[in-house]
Amino acid sequence: MPSGTATPDEIGRRLAAIWRIEGARVVASLAAITRDVPLAEDLAQEACVEALRVWPRDGVPDAPGAWLTAVAKRRAIDTWRRREALDGRYAAIAAALSESSVDEVEPIGDEVLRLLFVACHPVLSLEAQCALALKFVGGLSSEQLARLFLVPVATMQQRVVRAKRSLSAAAVPFEAPDPHEWQERLAAVLRVIYLIFTEGYAATSGEQWVQRELATEALRLGRRLAAMLPREPEVHGLLALMELQSSRFAARTGAEGEPVLLEDQDRRRWDHAAIARGRAALQRVDALGRGRGSYALQAAIAEQHAIASSVLTTDWASIVVLYEVLGRVAPNPIVELNRAVAVSMLEGPATALLLVDALAADGALAGSHLLPSVRAKLLSRLHRPAEAKREYELALSRVTNGAQRSVLERKLWALSTAREFDDDGVTITSR
Amino acid sequence: MPKYMLIMRSTQEALDASKDLDFEAIINAMGAYNESLMQAGVMVGGEGLSDPSEGFVVDFSSDDKVVTDGPYGEVHELFNGFWMIQVADKDEAIEWARRCPLGPGTKLEVRRITDESDFADFADNEYIQKEEGWRDELAHKAEQG
Repeated sequence: MPSGTATPDEIGRRLAAIWRIEGARVVASLAAITRDVPLAEDLAQEACVEALRVWPRDGVPDAPGAWLTAVAKRRAIDTWRRREALDGRYAAIAAALSESSVDEVEPIGDEVLRLLFVACHPVLSLEAQCALALKFVGGLSSEQLARLFLVPVATMQQRVVRAKRSLSAAAVPFEAPDPHEWQERLAAVLRVIYLIFTEGYAATSGEQWVQRELATEALRLGRRLAAMLPREPEVHGLLALMELQSSRFAARTGAEGEPVLLEDQDRRRWDHAAIARGRAALQRVDALGRGRGSYALQAAIAEQHAIASSVLTTDWASIVVLYEVLGRVAPNPIVELNRAVAVSMLEGPATALLLVDALAADGALAGSHLLPSVRAKLLSRLHRPAEAKREYELALSRVTNGAQRSVLERKLWALSTAREFDDDGVTITSR
Repeated sequence: MPKYMLIMRSTQEALDASKDLDFEAIINAMGAYNESLMQAGVMVGGEGLSDPSEGFVVDFSSDDKVVTDGPYGEVHELFNGFWMIQVADKDEAIEWARRCPLGPGTKLEVRRITDESDFADFADNEYIQKEEGWRDELAHKAEQG
């Protein structure tokens, strides 16, 4: 052990960094013994408190993750030995703990994967699943989570505590799902990761860098999952989608923080390394030879935008086909609306308007600003400004996000000043 | 989340000494390290470089640019390869760097990779914009290559 003269503050920062790297493994290897994830998490946290006490004096051990796991196990054994007489349940756990060598820590990806499945268990609310996935597997503290989700620390702590209680109450096992429910549970994990990503990607209000940070945390989880489940096409599909969408981060807000639509973005500012990573992930989907699921299809659409030098040179024919397929794999009115926008680029606004009107007739997206926004744009391209104005006003009456409101207001203003309205782009990006 | 480049630098002595080591053991140690970077979801790129004797140096000191074979003469540490990782902060970059399985005579220099925020004040500068264009061309070529 290296002798250390580090201050408690330095040790605290090192521990936080170590926890980001090894926290999931520490909790997972404890849960593998206790079979109880909330308990394993509590034990690991106690070991961290112990580290903060001991490391400033003794220095940081060479294998800090193994140290934390060993300390947590010893504490558990000591506690439970004392309680054995009171409760038989503890006796069994204490015996299991004693059998496993306290110093052995096998970093097993499979156990971290189980941890992710527990964090995204259906007994939890989606909000709680997002928090626990980032906490258990991402190694984020409740303070960090509170900052990223823009809630008070106490609120986040409460959310985490309640989620852990729910897991205990439902006796959620520390196991990967059975084969018959595997796809459904994996879909739930992917949904949580994408929800974290879009929470960051879509929110255009608040502090930009916070939102971006959250999306990057989701990317990190996605990369991690892809390393653990290299043979699941949709895992790579989701990763591809997130990499491709994140490539536009720098370009999608202007100097004043206002949103910049895809058609207006300075494509030189796209992150081409991220685009290359996204395309590589999509190639892995195809190499698996089991077809593209809904994430991979959305990624393929994002890829078409990513490789085009402008809106005009975009391969809209491919995008229309991809939206058609996506609509069959995962029927959704937003997908249909996006398909209509793509059709407007390929065949012109008149054909697209028919599609949008059909969607409206079905009562789809009632109450959303998206449908009137797209109608307004198509009508203005058809030189029907009065109707376009009415649609923009309708959209404005429904929009809740301030940044999206300002985009609509700009469009309306452009229309009312009778400026040549030469607008040829997509209004909404695939979500 | 910032990206960092971990730059491997070895002395010639360390490189020579490594030739006597079990090359498969080195590959296994490096492989395990790379795998841990992958499993943690932090790896975004990296390459190893071939022996410096295969390389060359262009010296821009005079108008008549001088090309010499091999490594740059004055340095004692040779640049052998790099990793690019995307991590929470500098503290995490330090922890990953510490874990790299390198031996005596070798150092890791860790540098944060600049992003657009480093040039935010100059976003409208003609040359910065041109540079973005060059960067794109290079990225396109790398993608196609």
